[in-house]
Amino acid sequence: MAGNVWIVAEHWKGTISDATRELLAVGRGLADSLGVRLEAVLLGHGMRGLAASLGPADAVLYVDDPTLADATGLQASRAVAALASERAPAVILLPTTNLSWDLLGLLPARLGVPLVNFCREVEVVDGALRVGSLLYGGKMAVTVDAGPGPMVLAVLPGTGTAPAPGAPEPHVEDVAVDLADDSGVRLVAYEEPEAGDVDITQQDALVSVGRGISSEANLEVAEDLADALGGAVCGSRPVIDQGWLPLVRQVGKSGVTVKPRLYVAAGVSGAPEHVEGMKDSELIIAVNMDADAPIFSIAHYGIVDDATDVLEALAEAIRKRKG
Amino acid sequence: MKILVLMKMVPDIVEELEVAGDGSSLDPEYLRFIVNERDDYALEQALLLKDRLGATVTVAALEAPEIDDVLHTALAKGADRAIRVSGIDVIAGTRAKAAALAATLPGIAGVLPADLVLSGCQAIDDLDGFVGPLLAGAIGLPYLGLVSRIQVDPAAGKAVVAKEYAGGVMGRFEITLPAFLGVQGCEKPPRYVPIAKVRAAMAAGGIEAVPAASGPAVTPLAVTAMAKPETAGHAEMLEGSVRDVAERLADILAARGLI
Repeated sequence: MAGNVWIVAEHWKGTISDATRELLAVGRGLADSLGVRLEAVLLGHGMRGLAASLGPADAVLYVDDPTLADATGLQASRAVAALASERAPAVILLPTTNLSWDLLGLLPARLGVPLVNFCREVEVVDGALRVGSLLYGGKMAVTVDAGPGPMVLAVLPGTGTAPAPGAPEPHVEDVAVDLADDSGVRLVAYEEPEAGDVDITQQDALVSVGRGISSEANLEVAEDLADALGGAVCGSRPVIDQGWLPLVRQVGKSGVTVKPRLYVAAGVSGAPEHVEGMKDSELIIAVNMDADAPIFSIAHYGIVDDATDVLEALAEAIRKRKG
Repeated sequence: MKILVLMKMVPDIVEELEVAGDGSSLDPEYLRFIVNERDDYALEQALLLKDRLGATVTVAALEAPEIDDVLHTALAKGADRAIRVSGIDVIAGTRAKAAALAATLPGIAGVLPADLVLSGCQAIDDLDGFVGPLLAGAIGLPYLGLVSRIQVDPAAGKAVVAKEYAGGVMGRFEITLPAFLGVQGCEKPPRYVPIAKVRAAMAAGGIEAVPAASGPAVTPLAVTAMAKPETAGHAEMLEGSVRDVAERLADILAARGLI
């Protein structure tokens, strides 16, 4: 395999994302195993300065264009595909974040190369890539013999450990790409979430509710426990979809990343999209009726029971101790 | 306005998942299928647009267990046309499914072009791709995913949509139609339809059966093993009555100074 390993760097509000830093570590390991270079593709407009922080990469390929300032997946995939067609990387790594979601779907289609999604392990066996992915909401792990490439790998956040700062600055190469945008898709504005609600990233204790709490009425029990703990209630996607909690209370891929001292996951199955947003909580207690729920693999303590019953009893036990 | 909604069935992960004898796929004997949750939101978006602006909503899906129930339910909810495309294995990869749809849909009278094509922006079995981005390119439409609100100005031929970023931030996009949107959510949960209306749709028939046209061959990913995930750690499980468990949890929280 002669092609290099690429990562496509994400930036948001002028900063390189945590997922990109993790991906640099994954990419570095993979490039070293393959004996090739690690190159980071950076797309933007007036963003060249960010290249310096992509340290573990051997080189940064920087494409500057007004249409890449807040690039849609369509435009980003056009840029990366044009570069890839010229330079033939063996592997392109992207994170499975909302920011890269459209790109990771569109890029393999544009290049006509396979995608392996939801990766959490990558190793090199006899010059070919063996990839471990999580499927079915984290309930099954599959192994894919993905060959020597070319391919796109979409990597789950948390797969790599972000490298410590201080890596030498990579060589930056300015690259020109023809980027006529005729897609008819235009960003009008970003809309920040409405202020005024609780900021769940600032809480010491969070009671997180998922599909397993069954009904909106049971939210009251979660609120009561959060009250006893001096914390707040948050939720996973299904609860937000039902309109039981606002989007600003969502933990995970479309929501926020939280690291409270205590995270009580009630009726939350633990799909990768949720886990990426709470896995670094100091103490995780999970209650779920399904003994196979993936949440139990990252929780410190687990209870297989009805979440509402356990939350209710726990609030009572805490209040009793507080007198 | 014409809207095409694509729906697909996925394994129901509330059920126990078992690995088949080949060690690399799900055992079909234990599988139950449900509609991909995000596709249900895509249908709701289409029906909301129909309610507000008037539209013809066509739902198309590949043949799969329980798919007729899903299509009849869509008709009962207000879809105008339901199409079942047969001949593609339900456990085929998403890339193969998108290729089959790309080969078949243009040949069905009155389906394409549509002003809007909608599908869920992801599914739990999307190991080798997402239907939307794969199909959009093949039928020549621009694609935008993770969309959770859609407003259409039919006279201007444009849509304004909200796309989800992280932390609750939304991007408001203007899109010239026709376009393909991958739906993540909706202003409201999918509508409920009484079972009597579904039965009536069933009795009326109304699902059009279309064989899949042959498209370009797609090499599937070489999945060599499937197993329940091995994890570095596992929670210490607390057992006993709810009251006992609650007391032990309170002990743990007290020991850590959390209460």
